[in-house]
Amino acid sequence: MPEPVRLTASRVREGDALPPLAVDVTATTVVLGALAARDWRPMHHDKDFAVERNGVKDIFLNTPNQAAWFERYVTDWTGPTGRLGRMKFRMRDSVFPGDRMEFSGRVERVGADEAGCHWADLSLRLAVGDRTTTECTARVALPADEHDNPWKRRGAQWNP
Amino acid sequence: MSDLPEEVRGWIGQKRYEEEGEFDVERGYVFNTCAATENGNPLFWDEKAARDLTDGWIAPPTMLSAWFRPHHWAPGRSEQAQPLQVHFDLKEKLGLPEAVMTDNEIVFGEPVRPGDRLRTWQVLRSVSEPKQTKLGTGRFWVIEVEYVNQRGDSVGRESYTGFGYRRDA
Repeated sequence: MPEPVRLTASRVREGDALPPLAVDVTATTVVLGALAARDWRPMHHDKDFAVERNGVKDIFLNTPNQAAWFERYVTDWTGPTGRLGRMKFRMRDSVFPGDRMEFSGRVERVGADEAGCHWADLSLRLAVGDRTTTECTARVALPADEHDNPWKRRGAQWNP
Repeated sequence: MSDLPEEVRGWIGQKRYEEEGEFDVERGYVFNTCAATENGNPLFWDEKAARDLTDGWIAPPTMLSAWFRPHHWAPGRSEQAQPLQVHFDLKEKLGLPEAVMTDNEIVFGEPVRPGDRLRTWQVLRSVSEPKQTKLGTGRFWVIEVEYVNQRGDSVGRESYTGFGYRRDA
C-alpha cells in the first residue's frame, strides 16, 4: 500500500480545487451502498418499486451512502489525519445505475478556531453530466503541521 | 401551522424514541461501507495507522445512522421496524403516503469505535405549511437525531429535512 498523503493546513489555500473523482454507478453500487448503511427500503434495491411507487426511472443511491461517498472524497484529499467536523447536503436529483457520478470540490475558507484547531470549509458537488444531483458543504479539521493530529482533540478542544 | 393536528404539534421539541443500538459497533459493517465506496483510508484497514492516529480502530464518521437502523426482520416482531420513526409517524398522521429526504446535516463528535454501544433519540423541530413541488403536494419537516456513546459522550448530531407528499393526479 503506498504511503497515504497527510495534508497539513499550511498547504491549503482558499480557492484550491479538490482533485475530481468519477465513478460509474451500477445497480450493484446502489445496492451495496444501501445494504452497508442498513437501509433496506425497497427503492434502493427493487426497480419495480422505485418506478411504481416513487415515480422515478430506477433504484437510486440512498442518503447515508451519499454521505459515505462524500466522506471518501474528502479524505482521499486530506489523508487519514483529516477529521470531518460537519457535513451538510442537499439532494437535488437522484443518482441511478448507468450514471457516471463526478465529485468536485473547492476550498472556501481556511482558518484556526480559538482552540487552535485548523479547519478547511469546503463546497462539494456531485454531478451526473451537467445535472447537479447533490450539493454538499463540509468542514474538515487538518493538522497544523506534521506533529499535529486533530483526532487527539476531545471536549472543549473539538468545536466543529 | 394552525391546521396541523394537535398531536403532531405536541411532538415539536419533544425527545422521542430514545433507544440503544441493537448491536455493538463492529468492523464488519465498516468493511461493507468502505467496500461500497471504495474507501481505502488506512484508519479502517491498517492497524498501525489506526493505533498511531486514532488510538485504535474507529468507524467512518458518516456511518452514524447505520448503527441504529433496525434489521429487515427479527423473530417475534410483527410490524417492520422503521428507522427515523418520527418521519414515518408524520407521514401517517398527515396522510402523506410518499416521502423523500431533501437536506441532511451531520455534526461529528467523539469517534465511534468497534465495541461501542450507542444511544439515540429524535426531536421534531418544525413542520411547514402545505407546499407544492414537482413531486406532489405535501409538507417539509425537520427532525434532529442525537447520538451518544456508552459513556454519555456525544458522538454526533444529525438534522434531516423530509418532504412528505401525495403525488398530484
